[in-house]
Amino acid sequence: MINLTINGHNIQVEEGATILEAALKADIHIPTLCYLPEVQAIGACRVCLVEIEGNRNLQAACVFPASEGLVVHTNSERVRAARKFSVEMLLSNHPMECLTCARNLNCELQKIAEELGIREVRFTGEKSEGHIDDFSPSIRRDQSKCILCRRCVTVCQEIQSVSAIFAQGRGFETRIEPAFDASLNDIACTFCGQCSLVCPVGAITEKEDIDEVWAALADPTKIVIVQDAPAVRAALGEEFGYPPGTLVTGKMLAAVRRLGFDRVFDTNFAADLTIMEEGNELLKRVGEGGVLPLITSCSPGWIKFIEHFYPELLPHLSTCKSPHQMLGALVKTYYAEKAGINPKDMVVVSVMPCTAKKFECNRPEMNDSGYKDVDYVLTTRELAKMIRQAGIDFRNLEDETYDDPLGEYTGAATIFGATGGVMEAALRTAYEVATGKTLENVEFTAVRGLEGIKEAIVPVEGIGEVKVAVAHGLGNARKLMEKIKDGTANYHFIEIMACPGGCVSGGGQPIPVNNEIRRLRAKALYQEDRSLKYRKSHENPSIKRIYEEFLGTPLGEQSHHLLHTKYTARSRF
Amino acid sequence: MNMVRSHVLISIDAGTIMAGARAVEEALVKEIASQGLAEEIAVLETGSIGITGRGVVVVVYPEGIYYAGVTPNDVPELVEEHLLKGRPLKRLMLAEAPKRYVIKREKTGLLKEQPRVVLRNSGIINPESIDEYIAAQGYEAIAKALTSMTPEEVISEVKSSGLSGRGGASFPTGLKWEFARKAPDPEKYIICNADEGEPGTFKDRLILEGDPHKLIEGMLIAGYAVGAQKGFVYIRGEYTLSTERMEKAITEAKAYGLLGAHILDSDFSFDIFIMKGAGAYVCGEETALIESLEGRRGHPRNKPPYPVTEGLWGKPTIVNNVETLANIPEIIKNGATWFKAYGTEKCPGTKVYTILGHVATPGLIETEMGTTLRDIIYEYGGGIKEGKKFKGALVGGAAGAFLGPDMLDVQMDFVNLKEYAAVLGSGAILVMNEDASIVEMLKSVLHFFKHESCGHCVPCRLGTAQLVEIVDRLAAHEGKKEDLDKLLKISKVMRDTSFCPLGQSLYLPISSALKYFKDEILSHVKQAAS
Repeated sequence: MINLTINGHNIQVEEGATILEAALKADIHIPTLCYLPEVQAIGACRVCLVEIEGNRNLQAACVFPASEGLVVHTNSERVRAARKFSVEMLLSNHPMECLTCARNLNCELQKIAEELGIREVRFTGEKSEGHIDDFSPSIRRDQSKCILCRRCVTVCQEIQSVSAIFAQGRGFETRIEPAFDASLNDIACTFCGQCSLVCPVGAITEKEDIDEVWAALADPTKIVIVQDAPAVRAALGEEFGYPPGTLVTGKMLAAVRRLGFDRVFDTNFAADLTIMEEGNELLKRVGEGGVLPLITSCSPGWIKFIEHFYPELLPHLSTCKSPHQMLGALVKTYYAEKAGINPKDMVVVSVMPCTAKKFECNRPEMNDSGYKDVDYVLTTRELAKMIRQAGIDFRNLEDETYDDPLGEYTGAATIFGATGGVMEAALRTAYEVATGKTLENVEFTAVRGLEGIKEAIVPVEGIGEVKVAVAHGLGNARKLMEKIKDGTANYHFIEIMACPGGCVSGGGQPIPVNNEIRRLRAKALYQEDRSLKYRKSHENPSIKRIYEEFLGTPLGEQSHHLLHTKYTARSRF
Repeated sequence: MNMVRSHVLISIDAGTIMAGARAVEEALVKEIASQGLAEEIAVLETGSIGITGRGVVVVVYPEGIYYAGVTPNDVPELVEEHLLKGRPLKRLMLAEAPKRYVIKREKTGLLKEQPRVVLRNSGIINPESIDEYIAAQGYEAIAKALTSMTPEEVISEVKSSGLSGRGGASFPTGLKWEFARKAPDPEKYIICNADEGEPGTFKDRLILEGDPHKLIEGMLIAGYAVGAQKGFVYIRGEYTLSTERMEKAITEAKAYGLLGAHILDSDFSFDIFIMKGAGAYVCGEETALIESLEGRRGHPRNKPPYPVTEGLWGKPTIVNNVETLANIPEIIKNGATWFKAYGTEKCPGTKVYTILGHVATPGLIETEMGTTLRDIIYEYGGGIKEGKKFKGALVGGAAGAFLGPDMLDVQMDFVNLKEYAAVLGSGAILVMNEDASIVEMLKSVLHFFKHESCGHCVPCRLGTAQLVEIVDRLAAHEGKKEDLDKLLKISKVMRDTSFCPLGQSLYLPISSALKYFKDEILSHVKQAAS
């Protein structure tokens, strides 16, 4: 243990702790900007500066190691002036478009300017050139707002192992860009959107589709159908002041009806369908000696990643579409026929925790219904914005429920939102389909939690030991792909989600996100799973019905046409 | 071996090559042969003779006559007049030979000549010949260290020599070595910082070009002392000739068993690799250099941990400047006591400078620590050109300080200058005569920093832009009275808050310019219309 003094308080911390961590322990607040726990500590913004006796210069608390006998001041005149200087400098080069910014009222720079009491920016002059890259369907980058904190770079390089963007140019000319200042749309970007999640300001956001959705809702000739992914209901509440991990399904459904959506379906229904298809695909591949390990395909960021970086491994991917795309295809065929609506008058809107799904719904393969299967994807954040724009008093809404018939779901579907959830759901069904026996303990806790790569061995009668692995975050996915390539991955089945923690902390989720919030959101989903009558996808009565009425059998011809897809090998560059 | 009656030394360094030294050399050889003198006169290549900005420089020995601005067209006349008829060619002769020794001003005021330390061989031997280096006592020091000294004894010798880092920071070299030696990790590295980027500084280049083996020897000794097996020379990308000569020297040293496994049949093995920088000023900062060496963008690292405990690839690493390492063989060979005869008590040894600007003979010089600016300008630099008056000097590069006339008699060394809020820095001395504009100088310094800021931390990235904004206004005579105060205040906070020495160092040129030349700067404030 190390003893040091901060603002006159004696504090004991573990060896290796920083001054910031030591201060936190003593409830002494040090403002930070580029620092982001679990992501980076680089001392670049110079906002967390503190005075250390005996040191000539001020030091960044986020990186300076605590050591025995240090005497630290976090609130001296010198420190306050220095912090103010750094923030004023940032503001001198900032467009100050706060009122029209996507991050208005949820901006860390705004917050810190307020916290430090900045009332005037004394520095003016030339501002960095900043251009807007909004060519991709998923991500919009506004360079003029970038404060060069590098969080996006760190997430993209170190956590996602994608390295789509990095610092270029020097000094005042420094900017965060893809190589050769290309658009994100033209490079090996997975559109996972983790960069938008960590951006402290409005420099990286999702590409909004709000106006398009409002226009569809306002069009009397359109039947507008909304569906939402399980991770949305576990996080949307945070936008309205609920603590992380509050499930707000009922209020959300009431809200979307008030926004004017004509039908409200649940992506969870299609998650159950995915399990039926993917589970059978796994059993088929195991039985027929097909390409193994089979890898899940629900996460479009992951799909784009493997297409760019491991195209040679594409045969390992399940051919299942992601659940919301399955649902889109069914809405415009099965449901359109059932309800007697011309699918050309239908508009399907998916509310997703995801920015990559905006890209996915625009893929040319996603037109199997004869129309664009999903017309628009909104992120959880965008839905919250629409609810606010409509003046809906979210907290006081009465709970409502999903519409039939594409609204019924099982616990297996709802845990899709957390890392390991798809695997667990698949195991529940595959076990019973393969053995014909009832699975007593449905909870496969070995594949839950935030460990980067999780492995489990499940004994299944008739097949033997089924070896599975789960990875979340593309850096972890890359490790598994390397194992497949060098022949050391003897798994049958692998679940991969592009975002660390899975969809609960997808690129379109409420900001901020950290491991604690990831855990709480996942916990809400696991609680819902436990509370549901049906916890295995194949037990879902609506699923049974759709196979009887429309699809026939899993992997059958109709399924093949509407629920499965193919992939495109892409360049690494 | 032929006995020749004359040696013609031609300086082959980056500057003279650009001025056409190779063509002059070729013409000399041809002309000497056609005059039938090939048996009597040898043409030899050497590194910088110490004169810069004067075209191709040639010295004829034994007379020791210096010619500058020589072109191939001059060669027939030069050969015929001087080498054949024995009549020096007056029109190309330098009025005064450069000081190729270290002067010591005795208490009596008299000047005493001493041999050079760092530049002992520069401009004398052929840098592309290991034999010439060996003939000049080269590799004796490493032999002495390997055969008769323990690593601890080497460190102790360096420590007691009082040698401090010549890159500008002046950290005690022996102490740095000791830290690295004591670091527990057995894998250690030696890095020679040859990423010389300070404007006006090219001493390291000339040392590298003139005596590359000395650097290899210095690194070998450092490697032996701290227990490293590998060394890297990080050379500024623009320094093509330095790289070529270093590569050649490494190849030759390997062929002679002076690099590689079991050097001189000892247990000590050491290899040296060259890495070329890509031209970022910040990579002269040791941790940014290490980042760059590892293949990343040149950003400084946070300190602590320092490179001596966690440097290259996280291993204990010594980063020493070229000049620092070039001192090492002399210290080991001649001993700390010998070394301490040079310089001041607190700051022993010599200092290599590049002196340029409005002096009569700009170039590369080596002085002892503590030599006054006056002696440097008037004794070494030949005084102010064209009889003009001395106005001031920028000492230490862009990150250095302006010195006014009342600083002419201050002893220049790392310790003493600190008391006057100045630094030796990189060892560049830019001399200005009475016609020079301080505001223009400051403008060029601040633009340099804006351009070279790495962009990592906020105060430096945006502060430099603010300073440029102000100085441009002043240079255009559009300044406001409060601009002077603003320059000072911004640079002062930058000194306090910037991540690395780059952003921290602007305060020095700004505050010193304001200290000595405030009135002149004030005259750039826009006069209110009356």
